[in-house]
Amino acid sequence: MSDHSNIKLPEGSIEKQTTTLNLGPTHPATHGVFQNILELDGERIVKTEPTVGYIHRAFEKIAERRPYYQITPLTDRLNYCSSPINNMGWHLTCEKLLGVKTPKRVDYLRIIIMELARISDHLICNSIVGVDTGAYTGFLYVMQYRELIYEIYEEVCGSRLTTNIGRIGGFERNFSNTAFEKLEKFLKEYPGVLREFENLFTRNRIFIERTQGVGGISAERAMNYGFTGPNLRAAGVDYDVRVHSPYSSYEDMDFVIPVGTTGDNYDRYQVRNGEMWESLKIIEQAYRKVQEFKGAEAEVYHANLPEYYLPEKQAVYTSMEALIYHFKIIMGETDIPAGEVYMSVEGGNGELGFYLISDGGRSPYRLHFRRPCFIYYQAYPEIVKGSMLSDAIVTLSSLNLIAGEMDG
Amino acid sequence: MEMTNEIIQQKLTEKFGDQITEWAEPYGMLTFTAPKDLNLKLMTFLFDEMNFRFLTDLTAVHYPDRANEELAVVYHLHNLVENVRLRMKVFTPVAQPDVYTASGLFSSANWQEREAFDFYGVNFVGHPDLRRILNVDEMDYFPLRKEFPLEDQTRIDKDDDMFGR
Repeated sequence: MSDHSNIKLPEGSIEKQTTTLNLGPTHPATHGVFQNILELDGERIVKTEPTVGYIHRAFEKIAERRPYYQITPLTDRLNYCSSPINNMGWHLTCEKLLGVKTPKRVDYLRIIIMELARISDHLICNSIVGVDTGAYTGFLYVMQYRELIYEIYEEVCGSRLTTNIGRIGGFERNFSNTAFEKLEKFLKEYPGVLREFENLFTRNRIFIERTQGVGGISAERAMNYGFTGPNLRAAGVDYDVRVHSPYSSYEDMDFVIPVGTTGDNYDRYQVRNGEMWESLKIIEQAYRKVQEFKGAEAEVYHANLPEYYLPEKQAVYTSMEALIYHFKIIMGETDIPAGEVYMSVEGGNGELGFYLISDGGRSPYRLHFRRPCFIYYQAYPEIVKGSMLSDAIVTLSSLNLIAGEMDG
Repeated sequence: MEMTNEIIQQKLTEKFGDQITEWAEPYGMLTFTAPKDLNLKLMTFLFDEMNFRFLTDLTAVHYPDRANEELAVVYHLHNLVENVRLRMKVFTPVAQPDVYTASGLFSSANWQEREAFDFYGVNFVGHPDLRRILNVDEMDYFPLRKEFPLEDQTRIDKDDDMFGR
């Protein structure tokens, strides 16, 4: 028996009836940099203290120095599971400030890209919930269809994860035939895959037992906590930015907002699945509308906005005006009108808002991102209180928390 | 009865008189400025009587040129029933940045106020747990204030071969 008198334990730690567990910030089960200091009674959670800010990159400060077109790459890194939505949100904010109306074809092309991004976002979230409840197969299976979506991005803008897609006023180039072929392939194959994915989970006994009645929140609390997106809809509030303040011609599309009732993990899963079906419907409608443009109209991929739309490189080398505007935009000589604007889009996990104050200079006076998961993550301690540790992990995934977005 | 910006303005003027100033409608969103002692009363009124039950966004802005009201706290409220948004601003001197907390009314204000405190040093009176949230606890300044400019990208006094520009 060794002498332990040299070990100094904190006051009261022997008598303490609960266990303190430090979960994260780099725990493989948390899928991101989340730290939670848990107070456990056996396996039940008594208290949770989340810590955020591990990957804070001061985007709001950096944006105050950058010209507008250079802020798009910053938005990529917010919710990196659906960066095209962030990019489009930023372009739409600038267009709202400038008072630009984009052509319908641009709107529909944007809808296609945004809904593809939504599918890839929900796909990751739902399959990760599957992984956390012990079903790895679904995750690996749907990955190849996310790959297909990424190939479409690649065809349109050249990159895959942090896309930097589009410009103020439209896209950097027209969609190639390959892009449309890939889109058709996706639209043809994906419904079958999604059906199989649902077969794997929706009626799966283990999955239901692990998720139903776990991590629930009432509609009232969810609203008070500023929930948006699928998490709010799972609690039964049919608030969707695409419907309530339509942008990018969403009003031309015909779709349903899926809602849940209890706001638990299973409902969130179901709402996301339902939204993927709706997204498919929206993409099909938008694609049909895009195909209806004939002749010169079918070549339109940006608004006529020479002062702010970064011209095509080919044109820069061959035409005088394009060269001038290219130079002016790149050197930050173009000023944006002064104004104050709030624009929001329906991101992968909620209402992604941009609050922009411009004083008429080359870069924003103040830019604030309303990052949905930063706002609803504060409900996490309340949601998981009294539940099992392993259920808290599932809830964490099911809330679709993206560390990059949370820390801004 | 549909709730329009005019009706909201009319009702607020009826209740609070001319204490609310700087009415504007940039890009269709009703914007006004309230005295900082009144922010909670106003929000409670909007919450109870006018159904603005969703706090979309809370943030701060620094205007160093506005003497004695350098810091602004900006609230974006949303009435989900009528689908109307409004923007409310409260100004406070940077020397004594005390503003009443909205976290009793909206749970979502808790972290957003911590964020505003973290970056601008707005002291939310009555906040249950006003600590830094995204920055390290040891930090002793408020980085998003305008007195901390970012490096000038055109500077030429650097001669670092690797990173100088």
